[in-house]
Amino acid sequence: MMIAVVALARVRNLFAVIVLFGLYSFLTATVMVALDAVDVAMTEAAVGAGISTVLLLAALRLCHSEEEKPVHKPWLPLAVTIGTGLVLVYGTWDLPPFSDPEAPIHTHVAPRYLEDGPRETGVPNVVTAVLASYRGFDTLGETTVVFTAAIGVIALLGRRRHVRRGKQ
Amino acid sequence: MKNDMILRVVGKLFIPFILLFALYVQFHGDFGPGGGFQAGAIVAAAMVFYAMIYGLSTARRVLPDWLVESMIAAGLLLYLGVGFAGLYAGGNFLDYFVLDADPVEGQHRGIFWIELGVAITVCGVLLKIYYLFAQRGQDR
Amino acid sequence: MNFFSHYDYWVMLFLAMSGLFIVIARGNLIKKLVGLAILQTSVYLLYLAPGKIVGGTAPIVDAAFTVYSNPLPQVLILTAIVVGVATLALGLALVVRIREEYGTIEEDEILRLDADPADQPSGPPEAQR
Repeated sequence: MMIAVVALARVRNLFAVIVLFGLYSFLTATVMVALDAVDVAMTEAAVGAGISTVLLLAALRLCHSEEEKPVHKPWLPLAVTIGTGLVLVYGTWDLPPFSDPEAPIHTHVAPRYLEDGPRETGVPNVVTAVLASYRGFDTLGETTVVFTAAIGVIALLGRRRHVRRGKQ
Repeated sequence: MKNDMILRVVGKLFIPFILLFALYVQFHGDFGPGGGFQAGAIVAAAMVFYAMIYGLSTARRVLPDWLVESMIAAGLLLYLGVGFAGLYAGGNFLDYFVLDADPVEGQHRGIFWIELGVAITVCGVLLKIYYLFAQRGQDR
Repeated sequence: MNFFSHYDYWVMLFLAMSGLFIVIARGNLIKKLVGLAILQTSVYLLYLAPGKIVGGTAPIVDAAFTVYSNPLPQVLILTAIVVGVATLALGLALVVRIREEYGTIEEDEILRLDADPADQPSGPPEAQR
């Protein structure tokens, strides 16, 4: 995945960029399966690698732009990025190590969901139970966000294009 | 692309199975990975596949614009309706256990309807966005 | 603390910084959006990695398993993925409109067109006859 991202940053042909992004999404979905997040992996594969790639290709075709122009030397952004990365690495020093059962993330409210969830909701898939029942309000907000994004895209692209005649 | 025989045959073979798989994912979200979002995205992907092979106007005859636009709103209204049904039945907003005499059965019912609402909205949104992008390309 | 206990965070940070680099250093709008999507995906991994217990299984309760991975981060990230694709679609719609108005999707050309008052955008170049 790191190789895909570095290649993505360097390649200038936009079609290749989009294909590399689809590849990166699929690799992310595979990593998520390895991390036992099967619902999330299915969503990432369907939405990230499928729909996002299709929308990017459609937008690319509408923009008629195949190549990115050459850039100025990226020393300042590189320095900023590496500096931020180093500060964040310092920040991860204190985080709990990988797969530590005593980490706060596992001792707060998750055991209660795992133990009482199937009994209270009758649904063995705890992720669906939490998403739809315990945290149903958040899912309502998310559906509203998706709806609003659709309204926004309709507002932007819904009108038929008029052929422009010179300056307005 | 509808003159390409491989794409046509493969499309006709695959699209019903993709839709069937989407229904499986939707209804088995309780027992395995799945749920509303994944099912909506898979149905939208199948319809986008169909629209790419057979053309946008043919896809518009199968799922016309008014249907897709109402799907976007209908899913959200269904979700809100389940929430308000919890209010009318005596609980708080989005309470499921009051929807039936047996609280666990009420949970099942509530989860079923809101997952359906989410799937309808997500499918409608993704499909409408694709329609808009493709139609823009035709106007140029 | 050795290398293997924290390297999942460092991989995620490398991906996030690459996404950030693409957003700030590249001028093409579509590439910037792709960089933003990469940044979002790396944050998903940041949330999911601590939830994993080695030797556990996916959080679908079954009589055969006793150790499960944490379901809570997965719920958050499920929402985040769908919101991410919604914002990507909105961003792409904006890029398409910018292309129609300014005739280009390179950032420096758009800034130049905006800064020059005599050269206001008036549609794609081929319509200006």
